[in-house]
Amino acid sequence: MIMAQTQTQTTAPTAPVFELIEVEQVFPVPRPGRPFMSRDTVGLRALDGVRLRIAQGASLALVGESGSGKSTLLRVLLGLDAPSGGRALYRGKPIREARAFGTGFARDVAMVYQDARGSLDPRMTVGALVAEPLRHFGIVPKGEEAARVAQLLDRVGLPADAATRYPSGLSGGQIRRVAIARALASEPSVLVADEAVSGLDVSTQAQLLTLLRGLQRDMGLTLVFITHDLGVASYLCEEIAIMYLGRIVETGPTDAVLSHPAHPYAAALRAAAPRFFEPIPEPLPGEIPSPLDLPKGCRFSSRCTAAQEDCRLRDPQLGQHGAGRAVACLHPLTETGAQASEIR
Amino acid sequence: MSVQTQEAPVAAPIRKSRRSIFLRRPFFTIALVVALGYVLGALFAPYVAPYDPVAQDINAMMKPPSLAHLLGTDSYGQDILSRVIYGARYALIIGIFSVLIGAAGGLVIGLAAGLSGGWLEWALMRLIDSILALPSLILAVAFIAILGQGVDKVVIAVGLSMIGPFSRTVRADVMQVRVQLFVEAATLMSIPYLKVIWRHILPNVIFPLAVQVTIRISEAILVSSSLSFLGIGVTPPTPDWGLMIAEGRAFVSFAAWMSAMPGFALALLLIALSIVGDGIREEFDPKLRRGA
Repeated sequence: MIMAQTQTQTTAPTAPVFELIEVEQVFPVPRPGRPFMSRDTVGLRALDGVRLRIAQGASLALVGESGSGKSTLLRVLLGLDAPSGGRALYRGKPIREARAFGTGFARDVAMVYQDARGSLDPRMTVGALVAEPLRHFGIVPKGEEAARVAQLLDRVGLPADAATRYPSGLSGGQIRRVAIARALASEPSVLVADEAVSGLDVSTQAQLLTLLRGLQRDMGLTLVFITHDLGVASYLCEEIAIMYLGRIVETGPTDAVLSHPAHPYAAALRAAAPRFFEPIPEPLPGEIPSPLDLPKGCRFSSRCTAAQEDCRLRDPQLGQHGAGRAVACLHPLTETGAQASEIR
Repeated sequence: MSVQTQEAPVAAPIRKSRRSIFLRRPFFTIALVVALGYVLGALFAPYVAPYDPVAQDINAMMKPPSLAHLLGTDSYGQDILSRVIYGARYALIIGIFSVLIGAAGGLVIGLAAGLSGGWLEWALMRLIDSILALPSLILAVAFIAILGQGVDKVVIAVGLSMIGPFSRTVRADVMQVRVQLFVEAATLMSIPYLKVIWRHILPNVIFPLAVQVTIRISEAILVSSSLSFLGIGVTPPTPDWGLMIAEGRAFVSFAAWMSAMPGFALALLLIALSIVGDGIREEFDPKLRRGA
């Protein structure tokens, strides 16, 4: 029955590249304070009811604090982990199946790791690293390999002689470029980048962002960009998804979400970004709660400045909120409310 | 890890700016020269040695070092210098080949133990533990008892007894490499697992293993000499250092050179090899260099 359903979705003209339906990921972890030698475990809900659609050609920024489940979501998207609940689909097919079936998925979905240096074999030259996907997927005949490597290195703005060097001899910015060139070598239609520009100085960041935006425009890439920098998100991505404690709390067009956030958490994130000539704004009160011990009702209620009585009783799901936007909040901020919270 | 964040200096020529390894490490250089001297002496023994190492001379028995016999003669009148030079051949052959056997066996067992999980890993690790429980000399004695005497048997016995330590270091390296991000990245590209092992895990394990090999050659030589000293290694006419030390033991009070000369040759080679091995490790081990 499920097969039939997926079949129809495949043929549908608007089948999104990725679709996550109520995806859950629960890790069994030792119960805190369990007696010695006891095997008592408790489920850690790293992802809890995630709904997300990524259309062909879209660019999506996934934003959230550390521990909000971004990396777990990424592993589900890439098919490295099977979700423990819900369905994760790639062009209408379960991602794990798509990955297990041939090299098509691996070729179509490329990944740029946060730790670009760690993702490159230190004993291979840059040329060999970039040539590996070319050879593995049989993209160019052997004779044209060197030329294609040079072309890819040029595309990401590296000098041609970089091909003979080892990763240890390259700077942080160059390493990211190598990682991007390697990702592009398989001619993917989807590029997933995990914090691809974090930890670099601002000018290098700007160069890389310009490069990524150019690549996305020219090659029609679908871009999933994980970041914690709202500025990067708004520059690079048309859509944004904000995560809090394993759930996407607000999605929509980046400009609209950032200028008029509907979820109090989105508003707080927006307000917390440092700005020129202004004092650092008040941070959110309290700590992010442990995913082992989620607050009752809305998971943000313990830190929310606009929490009301029913927020502590009912858990809001991600629901439609205006054109192309969705928010998981019982009392979404109106525009004046958003303004008010920003002033505060 | 990304210490250099600027893009500007494209791969600063680190190598050129540093002084040559031979100048920076004088002891390494001296040790290397000594070790190479042994290798050359062993290779060209017939041209270097003044006498036939097994030629006996009743007129020149137990002569102290003199111009005719630079290191003296032994109780059969054999020239000790010639025997020491030929002995280097056996020492180096046994050292190198037994270490290669040990490294090859250790690589296979270590890779299997590091990459497999569950009962296979458990069984392999217990096997390694049981090999490691005995000192390599005792183990080599046991293998000699099974195999019999002779140079080839000594090579095999010493090699087998060294599999244990090699496989343990290989396994440790494999466990460290297999969780690295570039292995996951290769899996993500849906490269078959065996190919990932061959292309990404093996090269990152082989190199530390090669360093281990240079360090452990001296251990193998020591074990093989101990075997001959105990009289269960190579058979008597062979000019082997351990054998020569054993033969001179009875005369040590009045003809000390008979044991001392081969003993000195052995000690010098072992020290030289250890220093060379340490130098190579410190120079090329990425783990030790990363902090710099």
